[in-house]
Amino acid sequence: MSDVHLIRVVVNGEPREAAVEARRTLADVLRHDLGYTGTHVGCEHGICGACTVLVDGAPTRACLMFGVQADDCEIETVEGLADGDELNALQEAFSAHHGLQCGFCTPGFLMLATALLRENPSPSDAEIRDAMASNLCRCTGYQGILEAVRAAADGR
Amino acid sequence: MTLRREDERLLRGRGHFVDDVNRPGQLWLRVVRASVAHARLLAVDTTAARALPGVHAALSAADLPDLPSIPLRLGPFEEDLAPFLQPPLARDRVRYVGEPVAVVCAEDPYLAEDAAERVRVEYDELDPVLDARTGAADGAPALRDGHGNECSTLRRGYGDVEAAFARAADVISLELHVGRHSAVPLETRGVVAEHDPGEDRFTVWGMTKVPHFNRGILAAALGVPPERVSVRRADAGGGFGARGELYPEDVLVPFLARRAGRPVKWIEDRAEHLVACNHSREQLHRIEAAFDDEHALLALRDELWHDNGAYLRTHGVVVAELTLAMLPGPYRVPAYAGVAHVVLTNKTPCGTYRAPGRFEGTFARERLLDAAAGRLGVDPLDLRRRNLLRPDELPHERPLPVLGHDMVIDVGDVPGLLERTLEAADFETWREEAAAARAAGRPVGCGIGVFMEKSGGGEFEAAGVSVSEAGEVAVRSGAASLGQGIETTLAAVAAEVLGLEQSAVSVRVGDTDLVAHGVGSWASRSTVMAGGAVRLAAEATADQARRVAAALLEADPADLRLRDGRVEVAGSPGRGVALGEVAAACDPVSSARRGDPPGLGAERTFAGAPMTYPYGIHLAQVEIDPETGGVQVRRYFVGYEVGRAITRALVEGQLRGGAAQGVGGALLEEFRYGDSGQPLAASFMDYLLPTAAEMPPVGTLIREDAPSPGNPLGAKGAGEGGVTGAGAALAGAVDDALGVHGGVRRTPMSPERLHALLADRPREPAGAAADARNR
Repeated sequence: MSDVHLIRVVVNGEPREAAVEARRTLADVLRHDLGYTGTHVGCEHGICGACTVLVDGAPTRACLMFGVQADDCEIETVEGLADGDELNALQEAFSAHHGLQCGFCTPGFLMLATALLRENPSPSDAEIRDAMASNLCRCTGYQGILEAVRAAADGR
Repeated sequence: MTLRREDERLLRGRGHFVDDVNRPGQLWLRVVRASVAHARLLAVDTTAARALPGVHAALSAADLPDLPSIPLRLGPFEEDLAPFLQPPLARDRVRYVGEPVAVVCAEDPYLAEDAAERVRVEYDELDPVLDARTGAADGAPALRDGHGNECSTLRRGYGDVEAAFARAADVISLELHVGRHSAVPLETRGVVAEHDPGEDRFTVWGMTKVPHFNRGILAAALGVPPERVSVRRADAGGGFGARGELYPEDVLVPFLARRAGRPVKWIEDRAEHLVACNHSREQLHRIEAAFDDEHALLALRDELWHDNGAYLRTHGVVVAELTLAMLPGPYRVPAYAGVAHVVLTNKTPCGTYRAPGRFEGTFARERLLDAAAGRLGVDPLDLRRRNLLRPDELPHERPLPVLGHDMVIDVGDVPGLLERTLEAADFETWREEAAAARAAGRPVGCGIGVFMEKSGGGEFEAAGVSVSEAGEVAVRSGAASLGQGIETTLAAVAAEVLGLEQSAVSVRVGDTDLVAHGVGSWASRSTVMAGGAVRLAAEATADQARRVAAALLEADPADLRLRDGRVEVAGSPGRGVALGEVAAACDPVSSARRGDPPGLGAERTFAGAPMTYPYGIHLAQVEIDPETGGVQVRRYFVGYEVGRAITRALVEGQLRGGAAQGVGGALLEEFRYGDSGQPLAASFMDYLLPTAAEMPPVGTLIREDAPSPGNPLGAKGAGEGGVTGAGAALAGAVDDALGVHGGVRRTPMSPERLHALLADRPREPAGAAADARNR
């Protein structure tokens, strides 16, 4: 395929470049071209949200965006959350409240919750539920996820 | 410190899922799937696909030697099922939309998809069979020449059912339909395979569930001894019964890797998953109960049609068999007759899904009891209290074989759990709330599902424990990690025996090179079976440590205790030696002098454990929107007896997550088909999984009152009871809200179906007097 474009992105603060076909999704660029395999692909049609990353701060389905559309964007993925050896408060809360089982949807939920808490540091329970209803989890029944986001918001 | 040892890697995005596996030089495989439900396959033309630059191969069954059909994993079954097994690629005929007809390998997955679209398939369409009952009848189109569509007829029962019905004071009958839905894990399936031509050896990633079994079948299909196939561990994005069985793609990918001389990778997309991975659950039941004049059950009779889709897969007819065997559940049923017609139809083939046969059978039986309570004018709770098996009636044997073994309900107190659960949930208050809401014109109702589960049992499991000179303990087992937290559970079992913190124990599972023989993770068996094996291996390791330390400490082994990573003389904590030093003393030369194998550690097999029977109660409160027919689940509660909870938070997680899947199956999820056999739920816009908006908090009561006598941990599996009673409890709650007993006859209780029920309901709820008396 000759339809290749050079894109520049900043992923978790690190400048990266990739040569990608116009039709290549951002999810594939992140996972397969740049090695950020923490971002998962669950449906490729924008429903499940497992591929949620932050693009210039906004939670985005990486399966519904082409890599070329992310040219010059700043992208945050699950790999950027922890501070070195320390999990961040949201990650800690997900574990403490058993907000993950298989862990496949977890990166998407973590990024979604990260964006929620930045935008609204003191969300109500209803606001948390409403935001988290954007993504699908098949293991937990969501309760642990909602409790984890609540705990992270409350600084517990 | 994370709650589970799996959490750290998963929270950092460092899990190792199958699509994270990339091998140098790999090709990407794409499956070309049948676009029609039933047709003679006239021609598959791959010329245009092969002409595309970057395409390495495009093959149909005609280009491949006869790959054997995918065999049964479970059995024995009474009838010869071989004619109904699925070939890896369709030959001559296609029988469901989504059936593999060709494969394409290319340098890149996008290119592989382009090429797959260029494969031309010519069909001569046949009439499809889309309903099990009519499909089993004479004159229905046949899926196979020379065979009827009813591939197996199972009969189970005991006692004189005819006589019981003849003398019954009341007979209640219902026809019920359980909708077609399935596991739908959030990670789709995938396989990566690599072939080493020098040694004719295969390495395969992605078959997480029963790695040793799959290795054996794969080796046979590839024509190599099993030792030349290694199945490697991968994290799995949920299993629930469907993932990790051997599917056509699992054979095709390694086969093509050898043929291509390059690694091959296949990652299923979601649209494929919904038509390719096992469906489950769809059954039609005609069930009836005979009661005496004191409301005691005299007999149960059930005839069911199990719509298995186009082929039998690895599970054979076990779901129908389990449905029949578990149908009487935790009740005193003096006589029982069940018939299951397993019918093949032009839909995606079926397998097990969490609580196979129990979700379906519990729905049927509990619906019948709800309908009976309405007819008899008694409280549905009292009717259940009247008929549940009492503790003094156990062990209770039922000659209802599953996979060749009769049922023996070992220990328990179901009536006791019922009362404790009602109290813990404060169910009386739920009912009062619902009654008050109904009085105010809002359709709110409460329902209950009481059920018997099964877990563990059968076959064996292997585990090894080894201690390094640094004192680190490594556990390995034939189980598989599917997200259930088995690594944490096995670490807890080993740590307890060896007197260590769990953090000092590492666990590896899911790789065929870890233990010579292994079985895997299904049927809520891993805690019971792998946990049992780890316990035996850890105990043998502890014995060895005491024996070796005794010589080092000049003490009697009987006086030594394992504590905090040391072997110490009881009563003199200062006198002891670190576990790592004991391991160092087990160097090969010293061990040989003692007549031991080298190293501190042991491998053990746990076998012969009987099936265990956990049991539980589901409670639901719902509100129906009279305008839309939508159901809001307001309250949910699960009470469950697990024998022993190794890690309580994980058991609770299993119950909550199971309940969400139950809500999905009861209210939202359905694989529907159009008249021509086209699947109508081909994306997540049509196949609706519950979101956080649909799930209320799920209360739980986890009891350990009846440890299983049949395994060293006393555990009963916890993986399935979260889902088993959901269809029953939610249907009961909808009935209660509408004031009709046994009104819900079909799942999922979708808005359109409830809208019809709402339109049909009597202005004055039926049995309003009984309602006032009993609620």
